Amino acid sequence: MSTPFPEGEEAAKARRRRSLAIALVLGAFVILVFAVTLARMGSHVPVQPY
Amino acid sequence: MTDTAALPARPVAPARWQDYVALLKPRVMSLVVFTGLTGLVCARTPMNPVLAGVAILCIAIGAGASASLNMWYDADIDANMRRTRHRPVPSGRVQGADALALGIVLSLFSVGMMALAINLLAAGLLAFTIVFYAVVYTMWLKRSTPQNIVIGGLAGALPPVIGWAAASGSVPLNAWLLCAIIFLWTPPHFWALSLYTSGDYAKVGVPMMPVVRGAASTRRQILAYSVIFVAAALAPVLTGLGGPIYLAVSALGGLGFIALAVRLFFSRAGDVDERADGLYDVKPAAKHARNLFAFSILYLTLLFASLLIERLAGVAVLRP
Repeated sequence: MSTPFPEGEEAAKARRRRSLAIALVLGAFVILVFAVTLARMGSHVPVQPY
Repeated sequence: MTDTAALPARPVAPARWQDYVALLKPRVMSLVVFTGLTGLVCARTPMNPVLAGVAILCIAIGAGASASLNMWYDADIDANMRRTRHRPVPSGRVQGADALALGIVLSLFSVGMMALAINLLAAGLLAFTIVFYAVVYTMWLKRSTPQNIVIGGLAGALPPVIGWAAASGSVPLNAWLLCAIIFLWTPPHFWALSLYTSGDYAKVGVPMMPVVRGAASTRRQILAYSVIFVAAALAPVLTGLGGPIYLAVSALGGLGFIALAVRLFFSRAGDVDERADGLYDVKPAAKHARNLFAFSILYLTLLFASLLIERLAGVAVLRP
């Protein structure tokens, strides 16, 4: 499918880098939520005796 | 956003990820992080380091969100000012709608994460700060009154209170004292800057103090605010927040601050159109304004750094 405004090489490169940056931010967000969950649970969940 | 007709309709160059970072005003963000961290540490409440890091991250992202909303709304005046015309939106590298979307998403993220991970008080204060900066200051005060940066300065003064609330869940007198210090620091800091950039503000119709009341009145008000600010900067010693290092820094730095404000008062800074290419490249008559502007940044940084050092090094506070 052709686009009405064909993308130049420089624009494509910038778009790929923006996409990579968004992917990294989303990855960092997942790690952040995981770390916060562990930190919050750590202070409330009692240690199970085994 | 009064008129965006002069802005490019389509991007003139492909937006880089760095342009989106620039929308967050990283240099302002670093000062906000620093003061927020000081508030968090001064609360003297044990806190999980991960959660402390998240609290500071939320403050930083909230500040970035405010900056992005500010750049969206102010793109029309930014395009006509030398200091701001190269910003991503007025230069056409980022569309205004993208800056608006980024600001809204980051605002929701920072406040939501603060509420879920830290506490509701810190989240509420962060939300208030973002709304106050983006709506009350940017959309209303900035273009309507010469007291814009005085009242709007509250947004920049709240991060230590948010940090304190994040750590302890409360905001005692000492937290508000840190807020008052930044609040009273803002007028002499920004008016010193506007004394040698008032030509730009006049051109775009922003009623900064030198534009509306003139340079002489601004220099007089800078001196008055400087005296009150330095007195407020000494107050933490009396409330047990600051120790001997803080006392030395605030007293010596305060004397220097007032000396520079007095020199500025007797100067002719701002009386003539002092056109220059950069913040630190000014004509001789405006040097005194430039000196106070630069020293104000150093002094505020040293004040908060000394509090931080005293807390982290366990230096005992002075008891009157």
